[in-house]
Amino acid sequence: MLAEAVAPAGAAGALVPTPYVVVERREEAADVVTLAIEPTEGSAPTFRHGQFNMVTSFGRGEVAVSMSSAPGAPGPVEHSIRRVGAVTAALCAAPVGSFVGIRGPFGTSWGVDDVEDGVDVVVMAGGIGLAPLRGAVRDLVARQQAGRGRVFVLAGARSPDQILFDEDLRAWERAGVHVGVSVDVGAPGWTGVVGVVTALLPGAPFEAAGALALLCGPEIMMRFGGRALVDRGVDAGRVRVSLERNMQCGVGLCGHCQLGPLLVCRDGPVVRYGGLADELFMERYR
Amino acid sequence: MNEAVRSLLSGHPFLAGFPPEAVELVAERAEVVTFQPGVLLFREGSPADVAYLVTAGHVAIEVHAPSRGPIVVETIGEGRVVGLSWAAPPFRYQFDARAIDEVEAVAIDTAPLRVALAENPVLGFLFLDRLAAVMLERLQATRIRLLDLYGTTDAG
Repeated sequence: MLAEAVAPAGAAGALVPTPYVVVERREEAADVVTLAIEPTEGSAPTFRHGQFNMVTSFGRGEVAVSMSSAPGAPGPVEHSIRRVGAVTAALCAAPVGSFVGIRGPFGTSWGVDDVEDGVDVVVMAGGIGLAPLRGAVRDLVARQQAGRGRVFVLAGARSPDQILFDEDLRAWERAGVHVGVSVDVGAPGWTGVVGVVTALLPGAPFEAAGALALLCGPEIMMRFGGRALVDRGVDAGRVRVSLERNMQCGVGLCGHCQLGPLLVCRDGPVVRYGGLADELFMERYR
Repeated sequence: MNEAVRSLLSGHPFLAGFPPEAVELVAERAEVVTFQPGVLLFREGSPADVAYLVTAGHVAIEVHAPSRGPIVVETIGEGRVVGLSWAAPPFRYQFDARAIDEVEAVAIDTAPLRVALAENPVLGFLFLDRLAAVMLERLQATRIRLLDLYGTTDAG
């Protein structure tokens, strides 16, 4: 386990959805929508980078979605949702002014608030995996601008039209951050990198000794990404990954999200790679 | 001997750890070249007589498809090799290679290099060993991409 889970206050907060209103809706890619939401009463609870909420589409169901905004950032809380099933399709279609239910925040965090000064941070994301890292990157960019350590952002996508947070990526680059983007399949006019996201590592001039690496994306990507980072010299114990399983209760009671010794909703989603996730990734039956 | 070639070769990852005589073997058959954006390094089907050790810029490995134009299958950047088809028959390039931005590379004349390596099996093994590592890396990367990792799943 990485950072201590922050449980929401009280059982009611954990198990009963609170109504939120959608105040903004943005199409990030063909199948990804960001919903900016605010509670109908009071203020949203504080959360930490990498944590998730259980988001309800009333009458359809509930799914786990990490916050894609930064903790403490002004304005509403944002969730970026990929349309992959009935519930997420309904959430992606939710118009401004509609209501969703929120339980949370749940789980462990990326722990970027505790990163030592001077240490390079490498962020490797694939597909929708950039969403749970977006808030952390925003704060790491501010950390770099304050001279407290560099951040390197390496993002992979299926194709150029699937690249998420294009404006953010450009803004981070303008702020002096090393940003690399690769796609699996190019398209006419695409002059960027075509290849796996790990192909971006040789061009990223980070100092591997002492570096912290944060990975989020498809599990296979994190497996290969973790190995590539360790091969580059990053300490496996300083590589963190965000796991995804069938989260339901969010508080470690129901067991649906069990992965080996972990209840991912409680002990994850962010866990260390070295000596934990790397071994769990290699289990053939789970 | 061209010092610029020797300097670039000694710092290139492809030759990292090679003995000086291996670097010299390449340097004697190499020159520094540059390509402007959009210029072809080589074309599919042409004799694979040059290998490029990229020292700056990016090269798109692409294939031309009717009605679709060029399709980029991989991008090769600084520190990597463009042109592996010289290593095995039929010694013809299988794809086009085009400079994406301004590219600097060390171009190696591979026909005489093959002869020299055949005459010196120790150095020949070194080169084949390194080439095998490059090919393995690309094969594995291609397999990962075949998985379509970012494709839609059946989740909620």
